[in-house]
Amino acid sequence: MAVNKEKRNFLGMALGGFTAVGGIASLGAMKRSWDPLPSVKAAGFTTVDLAGAQENVLNVEKWRGKPIFVLKKSKDMKANDRDIVIGEDRFHVSIGLCTHLGCIPAYVADVHEFHCACHGGQFDASGEVLKSPPPSPLVIPPFKVDGTKLVLGEEGEAYKKMKADGLVA
Amino acid sequence: MAKFEKSFPFSNKWLDDRLAVNTLDRVLSTEYWIPKNINFLWAMGMVLAILFALLLVSGIFLLMYYKPDTGLAFDSVNYTIMTEVGYGWLWRHIHGVAASVVFLVIYIHMFTAIYYGSYKQGREMIWISGMLLFVAFSAEAFSGYMLPWGQMSYWAGMVITNLFSAGSLELNGVVEWIRGDYVPGDAFLTRFFMLHVLLVPLAIIGIIVLHFGALRIPHVNNQDGDEIDFDVESKKYLSGDTQNAEVIRFKWDFLSKDIFVLGVFMIFFFYLVFYHFEFALDPVNFDKANGLKTPAHIYPEWYFLWSYEILRPFSKDIGLIAFAFAQVIFVLLPFLDRSPNVAPASRRGLFRIWFWVLLIDMIVLSVMGKVPPMGIFNTIGLISALTFIGLWIILPFITMFEKKLKD
Repeated sequence: MAVNKEKRNFLGMALGGFTAVGGIASLGAMKRSWDPLPSVKAAGFTTVDLAGAQENVLNVEKWRGKPIFVLKKSKDMKANDRDIVIGEDRFHVSIGLCTHLGCIPAYVADVHEFHCACHGGQFDASGEVLKSPPPSPLVIPPFKVDGTKLVLGEEGEAYKKMKADGLVA
Repeated sequence: MAKFEKSFPFSNKWLDDRLAVNTLDRVLSTEYWIPKNINFLWAMGMVLAILFALLLVSGIFLLMYYKPDTGLAFDSVNYTIMTEVGYGWLWRHIHGVAASVVFLVIYIHMFTAIYYGSYKQGREMIWISGMLLFVAFSAEAFSGYMLPWGQMSYWAGMVITNLFSAGSLELNGVVEWIRGDYVPGDAFLTRFFMLHVLLVPLAIIGIIVLHFGALRIPHVNNQDGDEIDFDVESKKYLSGDTQNAEVIRFKWDFLSKDIFVLGVFMIFFFYLVFYHFEFALDPVNFDKANGLKTPAHIYPEWYFLWSYEILRPFSKDIGLIAFAFAQVIFVLLPFLDRSPNVAPASRRGLFRIWFWVLLIDMIVLSVMGKVPPMGIFNTIGLISALTFIGLWIILPFITMFEKKLKD
């Protein structure tokens, strides 16, 4: 019997096409299955009260599973545009993960510096890099000032201004 | 249907008629030929196969009590398995020690191949499948390291998944996608559990089959890199002239030697399991994972130290590029070595020096990866990392001009 090549080619292409579409669709489903769950994403807002903070003492809060550094600056510490100003007081607030590979730097109060034990990175009390390998300053999380309270996760006026000036990361 | 003669059920003839067991045995083992001119280093493949079997068996028993949940994992390992399950400690110590020692033997196996030139002139696929196995074993080791959910599990998971943000590209979405969370959490633990107990072991088994298959046509190398005519030599052997044949049977000629080396190795292995298991169980990992406290000093297991140290002395982006380079460059060895010589490094002029410098450099990198990143250690680390990269860049040039040893 003569082989109808065109028919075979059509069948081959139809099968291949359907398989490809199904394959790509299932890759999409697999990708979605690995996405963070809605309950994880919805991990809400953290409120931090700054009224009781002491100068040059680092407080570590938790927001979306990450440590948040809250440091009330003393008068002898350099002011920085990244500071959060509440009344007379200046605060350094940042995500407490080294921008190199995510270790938590330790605060050395005597010299007002953050030192990372993992790969030797150092930051000053405003989160600016003093010593490589970290490529960028400590990241400032979205915040909103509410009296003496700070709401993390919500973008307030001060944060929006910092963001516009390219100071948050 | 084929015609079957009557035979006793499950007798050799009965099985052979139905499954061709004798043909299989002949093709796969009694007439699979191995050169005589080899040494104990040729037994490392079998040692690795047995270690993999030990990991599988001990893993099956651990799997029966392990709980992949951030609230339960730590205690299911450190309390249930270690104190309650009968011989649970034994499975864990076998699993931990074998996971560490398997890398020692992989490195010996790799450097044997590099020394004797067993990666070229037809043996490229053996080398490439072997390096794929190295990658798969690394993924298996890393995912397994997450499971006890101690401090080192958590922070190694944090640091390694952060690598996927690709430095200044800031692909934080990719990192969060891999973790299924902003930080390593429950979704992270369960997916790495899946990888460790199913997907990666399946891949490893598949690649092992490919690795063995890749040996079939070019055969294993020998101590002099001689090209052996396996047809002629095996006929010599089968005709009874076993004395002059350059080859022996895989089963049981070669296997009996293999099993002897394996026996010696197993004494060492079980000595570690029973008396020195602690080297494979980092004390820091006996603290439960805590996302708000980094351990004072983070370092990977010894077998990843050399590539970790290549990451460390540079700025973030250059470090990542150097690290990626170190991860893939070994795969390219058959193509970077431009010399046609298949011979031990001792006879290959500059390559001999290259081989020993590479080996020593990787040992220095490993030591530097373990010590804290400060002072003179930074300098030594930087020099050895640059040496590693430099060695691979000059390899094509020194081998291009290598004197041809035989025609």
